[in-house]
Amino acid sequence: MNVRAANVRAMNGGIRNGGIRFDGVTVAYDATVVLDDFDLTVEPGEVMALLGPSGSGKTTALRAVAGFVRPRTGRVLIGGQDVTALPPHRRGIGMVVQQYALFPHMRVEANVAFGLKARKVPRGEIAGRVAEALEMTGMDGFAERYPRELSGGQQQRVAIARALAVRPGVLLLDEPLSALDARLRAGMLTELARLHRELPGLSMLYVTHDQSEALTLADRIAVMDRARLRDCGTPQSLYRAPGSAFTASFVGSANLLAARWCGEDAVELDGGVRIRVRGSGGGEGEATLCIRPHLIGLGEPPGPSGPPSPDVPDMNVLHGAVTGLQWRGASHRVTVSLPPSGAELTAEVRELSSPPALGEKVSVHFAAADAVVLPPGGTP
Amino acid sequence: MTLRARAGRTGMMRAGMILPPVLLLALLFLYPLALVVRDSLSPDGAGGGALSTRAYSDVFGEASFRDALLNTIGIAAGATAGTLVLGFVLAFVVAFVPFPGSRALSRFIDVFLAFPSFLITLALLFVYGTVGMANGLWTDVTGASSGPFDFLHTPWGVLLAEVTYFTPFVMRPLLAAFAQTETAQLEAAASLGARPGRIVRQVVLPEALPALAAGGGLVLVLCLNEFGIVLFTGAKGVTTLPTLVYGKAILDGDYTGACVVAVVNVALSAALYGLYRMLLTRTGAHRARPV
Repeated sequence: MNVRAANVRAMNGGIRNGGIRFDGVTVAYDATVVLDDFDLTVEPGEVMALLGPSGSGKTTALRAVAGFVRPRTGRVLIGGQDVTALPPHRRGIGMVVQQYALFPHMRVEANVAFGLKARKVPRGEIAGRVAEALEMTGMDGFAERYPRELSGGQQQRVAIARALAVRPGVLLLDEPLSALDARLRAGMLTELARLHRELPGLSMLYVTHDQSEALTLADRIAVMDRARLRDCGTPQSLYRAPGSAFTASFVGSANLLAARWCGEDAVELDGGVRIRVRGSGGGEGEATLCIRPHLIGLGEPPGPSGPPSPDVPDMNVLHGAVTGLQWRGASHRVTVSLPPSGAELTAEVRELSSPPALGEKVSVHFAAADAVVLPPGGTP
Repeated sequence: MTLRARAGRTGMMRAGMILPPVLLLALLFLYPLALVVRDSLSPDGAGGGALSTRAYSDVFGEASFRDALLNTIGIAAGATAGTLVLGFVLAFVVAFVPFPGSRALSRFIDVFLAFPSFLITLALLFVYGTVGMANGLWTDVTGASSGPFDFLHTPWGVLLAEVTYFTPFVMRPLLAAFAQTETAQLEAAASLGARPGRIVRQVVLPEALPALAAGGGLVLVLCLNEFGIVLFTGAKGVTTLPTLVYGKAILDGDYTGACVVAVVNVALSAALYGLYRMLLTRTGAHRARPV
């Protein structure tokens, strides 16, 4: 068995008490409620992303687990134990924050050993556990360095090693990649995903405002807005069937158009444009139509036999003028204004060899199954 | 122009910039100091004749000098230690324990630094003097004829006054250092299982060490040369080197003896400060190591 496999096995053996439960947690500063009646369960071994805009309460939720804010009402449970009244040092968690928060006067190995010493791990075990955590994060060659001698990505790896060294059942990550550039961020996401695979008993609560991080890493995503939980589900379910326009806009990009029900499987846009939608039994009154940009095609839809045809069943075909065009390397984003209301649809299509000019009349199409009707309003 | 000529010209320009302040320093500070050293080595006290160390032998033989020397070192060391401990605790509370008025208190510390030292002594006399408030309260409550507080004229009184007066000199740089400390580091330490005591010892204190050293060094030097506080509180029972200089020069007319004590005072200040810096460099060597 190689060293890495042995380290992974040793660390897995030490991880206990995973899982987090928020039970009606409310946090307030004087009259300002920053987390409102929050209920959420993170299963042992699950990665839960808390996704939302600034001020939505996601960091407050994480700090309530860590013990840095005291709920006004409700309970926080870790590994089934009520920790609401416990101070942070007795909660048995690991935490990684955006600014790394490494101790600048300590070398890397002392940083990683800090939690082990604080938890009174036998002296003889510490060196091995430090080496194990550094090896897992690929920092085993940097034990003698000071934090200021490391790059941002390396510092964040050390911060993760420091948190993992204590073998917590719960790892809290508060925007851990926000301070890194795009290339490093992608690399660290891969590393975190690998750690998740290697440590299946470890629960992770991952706070982010970046949907791509949440979609890449999370088993489930909890979407938050204005101190409340809006939606919770797997990335796929939230992406394909968001519960609200807010969720649709925060998990992936979306065209959100004001509409009105006009039958069991159709809505009408402002100006009378009728759209066939995913069968949902219909509804009444105002609604929001959601169509993902990559599900919209440019031009007439291909007919059953191949060539384009405007009469494909269950396919919506709309006509408008190009108002925006962006080249994005492998794709083009084409924004089309629909008469008479001027509502805009953005389509993301494979790179076009001859893209349309601004103002040019074009057709766009999308399947009825890809047109999701949501409750009205609620966009961020 | 050749490289050598250019380098020579640059050197001359640099010398031209450095020389005026050096000359000014020599004229205003080093020359009077040299006069004091010369007079301490003059047998007749007028600066003339052959140099002699007789005045040093005479002063070193006096019991009052030895007492003053021990008082000076003891009080300065004690006051420095006291201000470091008290200043660290108070600065930590002001910086990290939120309470109403902490900002106002921080501002008051700046104002406190501008107070004259005798003002603190006077305030302590009002509180702990033989007819001060503390003794008055005691006699009112117990009916005794006098109270138990009678230490202001002892070295302990001087120590209390100096710790009270100089503590803000340690707090000021510490507060600046604490303002730079990331709260995230303290929270990360707590999440890793560290209790508050360990966080203070292993995270806060090492990062505050340079500020603590700066404040402590300043207080040590100021305490070694403190005159006003000693004169106000301990004039009857406590003599330090600065008050001995004053006594010899002004009260006794022994100008040569005063110069000897002054030279010893300066040498002591420089030596103790050097020792302090050396100790700090050793204990804080990990911070100074190039990386």
